[in-house]
Amino acid sequence: MAIILTDLRYTVAAGVALTVILWFVVPMIAG
Amino acid sequence: MESFDLNLLIRFLHVFSGILWIGLLYYFNFVQIPTMPKIPDDQKPAIGKHIAPAALFWFRWAAAFTVLFGLFSAWRQGFIVDAMMLGWGQGSLHTTWIGVGMWLGLIMAFNVWFVIWPNQKKALGIVDADADAKAKAGRTAMLFSRTNTLLSFPMLWGMLASKHLVGM
Repeated sequence: MAIILTDLRYTVAAGVALTVILWFVVPMIAG
Repeated sequence: MESFDLNLLIRFLHVFSGILWIGLLYYFNFVQIPTMPKIPDDQKPAIGKHIAPAALFWFRWAAAFTVLFGLFSAWRQGFIVDAMMLGWGQGSLHTTWIGVGMWLGLIMAFNVWFVIWPNQKKALGIVDADADAKAKAGRTAMLFSRTNTLLSFPMLWGMLASKHLVGM
């Protein structure tokens, strides 16, 4: 987990991954 | 000439403040933090004593004004409550997306004012702290700065998707 915040490349990758996850989750919340 | 639209002015100030805030966040994460270890020790005070405190001044106030103008904008346009509830039961992608962006932005602004800034004050010697406490504070500030960098992607996406992904 720590590497996500200590290595900038992983930070960016995690940010993009979270964005993609929301892309699928948000339409489910909105119904 | 189009009639003057106060919502446009508020949004302009919101986006302007946001650029200043996130621009400095990216400066810290993409430029200053990775470059610090490469700077000779005798030159480090130029960053620690002069550049970083100035950057942090604009950084934290830009964060405050981004949130202020953003919330005012949402309130004035009448969707602040629906958005904060993530559009639950509204069947509206607009309020859900903007709500996701708003919550992430609020979490980030909280991190700036209540975690990053208090810890940076110790790390940069603006308030007194012993060497151990300074090092610990510096690491905490860095980790929360990284967290904000991570959150900035879905935050920006939520802000823009509320306009562009709706109706797809």
